[in-house]
Amino acid sequence: MAEMNAKSPCDGLLPIAAGDVHLSEIPMTLMTSISPFKGQTAALSEALKAAHGMALPAPNRATGRDGARVVWIGREQVMLIGPEPAASLEAHGALTDQSDAWAVVRLYGEGAEDVLARLVPVDLRAAVFKRGHTVRTMLQHMSVSITRVGDSAFQIMAFRSMAKTLVHEVETAMKGVAARDAS
Amino acid sequence: MRITCPICGERDRREFYYVGDAVALSRPDPDDGDIAWDDYVHNRDNPAGVTRDLWYHEGGCGAWLVVTRNTVTHEVLQTELASDAKEAMA
Amino acid sequence: MRLSGKGLIDRTKPVSFRFDGNVFQGFEGDTVASALMANEVKLVARSFKYHRPRGVMGAGSEEANALLTVGRGAAQDPNVRATMQEIFDGLETRSQNRWPSLHWDMLSVNDLAAPFLGAGFYYKTFMWPKAFWEKIYEPIIRRSAGLGALSGAHNPDRYEKAFAFCDLLVIGAGPAGLMAALTAARAGADVILAEEDRLMGGRLNGETEEVGGMAGADWAAGVVAELEAMPNVRLMTRTTVTGAYDQGTYGALERVAHHLGDRGGRPLECFWRIVAKRAILCAGAIERPVAFQNNDRPGIMTASAVRTYLNRYGVAPGRRVTVFGNNDGVHQTARDLIAAGVHVAAVIDNRRDATDSNDYPVYRGAEVCNSSGRKGLESVTFRSLSGEDKVETDCLAVSGGWNPSVHLTCHMNGRPVWNEAIQSFVPVDGMIPGMTTAGACQGTFSTHGALSEGAAQAIVALDTLGISAKVTDIPKAEDAPYEVAPLWAVGGKGRAWLDFQNDVTVKDVKQAASENFASVEHMKRYTTQGMSPDQGKNSNVAALAVLADATGRGIPETGTTTFRPPYVPVSIASLGAGAQGAGFAPQRFTTSHNVSVDRGAPMIEAGLWYRPSFFPARGEKTWRQSCDREVNMVRNAVGVCDVSTLGKIDIQGPDAGAFLDFVYTNMFSTLKVGRTRYGLMLREDGTVMDDGTTARLGEQRYVMTTTTAAAGPVLRHLEFVHQCLCPQMDVQMISVTEQWAQFAVAGPKARDLLNDLVDDDLADENWPFMACGPIKVLGVGGRLFRISFSGERAYEIAVPARFGESLFGELNRRAEALGGGLYGMEALNVLRIEKGFITHAEIHGRVTAFDIGMERMVSAKKDCVGKTMSERPGLSGADREQLVGLKPVGPVKQLTAGAHLFEVGAAAVRENEQGYTTSVGYSPTMESYLGLAFLRNGRGRHGEEVVMVDHLRDVTARCVVCDPVFFDPEGGRVRG
Repeated sequence: MAEMNAKSPCDGLLPIAAGDVHLSEIPMTLMTSISPFKGQTAALSEALKAAHGMALPAPNRATGRDGARVVWIGREQVMLIGPEPAASLEAHGALTDQSDAWAVVRLYGEGAEDVLARLVPVDLRAAVFKRGHTVRTMLQHMSVSITRVGDSAFQIMAFRSMAKTLVHEVETAMKGVAARDAS
Repeated sequence: MRITCPICGERDRREFYYVGDAVALSRPDPDDGDIAWDDYVHNRDNPAGVTRDLWYHEGGCGAWLVVTRNTVTHEVLQTELASDAKEAMA
Repeated sequence: MRLSGKGLIDRTKPVSFRFDGNVFQGFEGDTVASALMANEVKLVARSFKYHRPRGVMGAGSEEANALLTVGRGAAQDPNVRATMQEIFDGLETRSQNRWPSLHWDMLSVNDLAAPFLGAGFYYKTFMWPKAFWEKIYEPIIRRSAGLGALSGAHNPDRYEKAFAFCDLLVIGAGPAGLMAALTAARAGADVILAEEDRLMGGRLNGETEEVGGMAGADWAAGVVAELEAMPNVRLMTRTTVTGAYDQGTYGALERVAHHLGDRGGRPLECFWRIVAKRAILCAGAIERPVAFQNNDRPGIMTASAVRTYLNRYGVAPGRRVTVFGNNDGVHQTARDLIAAGVHVAAVIDNRRDATDSNDYPVYRGAEVCNSSGRKGLESVTFRSLSGEDKVETDCLAVSGGWNPSVHLTCHMNGRPVWNEAIQSFVPVDGMIPGMTTAGACQGTFSTHGALSEGAAQAIVALDTLGISAKVTDIPKAEDAPYEVAPLWAVGGKGRAWLDFQNDVTVKDVKQAASENFASVEHMKRYTTQGMSPDQGKNSNVAALAVLADATGRGIPETGTTTFRPPYVPVSIASLGAGAQGAGFAPQRFTTSHNVSVDRGAPMIEAGLWYRPSFFPARGEKTWRQSCDREVNMVRNAVGVCDVSTLGKIDIQGPDAGAFLDFVYTNMFSTLKVGRTRYGLMLREDGTVMDDGTTARLGEQRYVMTTTTAAAGPVLRHLEFVHQCLCPQMDVQMISVTEQWAQFAVAGPKARDLLNDLVDDDLADENWPFMACGPIKVLGVGGRLFRISFSGERAYEIAVPARFGESLFGELNRRAEALGGGLYGMEALNVLRIEKGFITHAEIHGRVTAFDIGMERMVSAKKDCVGKTMSERPGLSGADREQLVGLKPVGPVKQLTAGAHLFEVGAAAVRENEQGYTTSVGYSPTMESYLGLAFLRNGRGRHGEEVVMVDHLRDVTARCVVCDPVFFDPEGGRVRG
């Protein structure tokens, strides 16, 4: 009998490194987009807290930690990353499985900010973009979600079909930064 | 050019998709007649000065915005969520 | 000639480079200009129009004469200013606009023809015959006039772009800029200091004056060292701020590796978009030349450039130097020359009250009126009250005063104002919101003034940001008043240059005025004054003064032209950095991509996606053979095709049904759970926007499919309708295109293929046509839709994308076992044409539901987007071009897409046009070409013959008009 083999979005593309900066794929996990129904935002937040220990994050913010995170991803949209969504959430919002829709990578190392400064039109310096901050923005021509997950570590999410372009763009910027740092 | 999204904050223009006059919020009723519909779909002013238009934060949070700006000075005077503006009209 | 003991060059590091094939030596810290000057090379360029010999004129980015081509081959970089290009070992440079060589330039005959080549020459001469312009005149002009050229080959250099943010951007690191940056940095503000030079310090690096009791350059280096150590400061050298844009955005070009022989992976340039809450322009000023007869000879340069070469580079620009001007700078120049041991032949000062000197001869109230020397200056003639005199000299330092670098302040339409005292234009407050000016660019020419203004403007800027900055002690510095007498053009007969780069002379400007091109904007365009790469930095103010004089107006009334970005030339490559090759647009790959490529399928672009065109089998030589086989396979057995690229949108909420009723022409609230329905979507103007199927997965849950091309626009439209038209609706939507790998399994054996792959019994009573629902595929949770785009029994099976490649391979194996296999876009297209199914080739933005025969899908029971406007007169009826099928019936059996339709016997001209073809293909099923077309009153003309004419491909075919559904019109096959 044939088997269904899973393949991650960045299979064969990562990890890579240039200078002190590394790019690696975050192993696939459950990802569920949640959008509150009308007037249900507070109730949804309560339900999230009760079921998963994390409140609904405000815009541009992420709650939780590695393994269980809720990341704001847009107007009236958050992404629950890690846990299987509790059934109790369904009464309060639209839940959609997005586990396979995104290429999720981790960019880390001294200089990660400089790499992103070559790709992203948003100020991501540590003084203004702190741990737990997130943005929906563009990386070159791609729509992305970027979250600071460490002092010099970022989680970047892009559409799965664009994984190769994502790696190409980030790698090009990484090499440019590494070449300058080498001097 | 930079536009302040009420949700995301101040962002570069490249994240936004421009549509046109905010008259698009004021959809006539089906039986309001040809003139009302022509004005809604086709007829546009081209003001030198303050204008209200719709932008879509496509490269960001996905919100539709009403942006009030001055076409002469390029000053952005106000931004608001289109959904708020529409609900305020009701 | 190199002088010992002077300059900011590193004499322990000799560097050799090439100019026009010859090897020259310089030192680290030299530019090509300073190194050539040290080697006594004076002739470095030929002028644009007259091919006049030219030498270095300045020492900065405004250089108008010394433009070179740097590098070789594909990467050659034309029009590089020798004054900005730092030398490195192996650097290769060449002169431009000369043939066969710089010294023997055939086209220097243009100079003799000068009387005919003045302003307006082209407009007057090349008028007739009209046909000559493109073929004869323009090529000749292009060959004889011009600057450097690109190689024409793909540029292999890497360019970069970057974004930066700060509280305060300081533009220019002269005394004002350094002081502004220091004051702000010490207050803790986030500061970016951008300087186009390699060294910060501005004029201080080229002068002998002291600041704070030490050499000016040392003081600057000390400030830079302090700034460098502060974490809140970003110092950017070799970075020119090129433009001021809306809401505090500034463009800046960083020359990252132009000065390196071994770039070590660095980009050549980086274009920065800097977002600054506040900015201070400290761009300094540019010394202006004076127009006099033959003022363009090699060896004639600005006085400040002479001081820079002396003091910064330790180079004497000549052995017998003459200085000419209208301000005290000429005397400073003479003093610096003498201190460096260079002979000063004369100082010619047009002010009658100029100070005298014991160290050099001073001619007061005098003006230089001519020069001589073929490829380098040999003497100048000057005129004073006592008549004309001549002085032997090989270098003339000229100062006509200074023009503040106001350019950036004008980038948002602001106009600078005339300042009589300094005889130049100065900016006024508020020209760029958030930006102020300090120092020489504001017309403050003393060093003390610049330092004080820099500090003061920083305090003001920070105050608006709520940051309080302390008043820093202003170091002691030169504070002499600036006195200047107007001196633009010395009277005389011959040609006196204003715009050196475009060969515009005083005579040209006067001629423009006399021919009534008297407005400054007209004069500019008629003469090309200020339209060269230096954008008139060296010449505009003088040209205005000449125009003002010729028209009898004052300079303020004459006004200025508009300075626009960029301040210096910017390569398109840096503006578009990263957006070439693979970076041009994101590439979207399906999960089956590798399998398709392995099978030899040529991949074609569909939007950003890559999809297989066809799957060549052994022995097939043409795409048509593959396509025919794949079509037959689907009609007779089973085919598999990746349809993941279609847009999929998850729509949920209590109002989901009502929302779909509003965006689609037909009803979706009445659709049963577990069923799918075809939907048609209009734009508000009544034309068709998109079509697709939408499945109801639950009471409050639908999944909509869109065409591949319209996936983004449709989601944007749905969000518009929700947020802008009916925000009261309780509905949420999100794209799930990327979540699912979805494959069409089509053909009479489709059910056989799937039966033991899924956990459900696919009997037709459970899974009739248009059924949908969740299903397990080899143990994995997926979805099944019984929909068809081929007219055959067909299913679309979806699994989470991680399993896509695996499932695609399995479907292929099973299809092949049943006599089927994979099919690509070509076969998919033929299959749908056979069935008359539309794509965006038909719904191209100008057709209505009526045109495609779907007017009955616009429900009468409800309002929907586009309904009202679709009912307008003229959008339906017999005059409309309506969708029909076409079959060739004459001797020519081929049809082409985009061809026009005519009545039999009518001339094939626009007036007789009856319609056009949109999609064609050869149908192996019908053994004929088939076409879809729009034909006037087409539905009433089935059976009639028309003529298809493709003027482009020269195909004319007689066709019969028929129903667009060619195959299985009853639709029996799709139901099984």
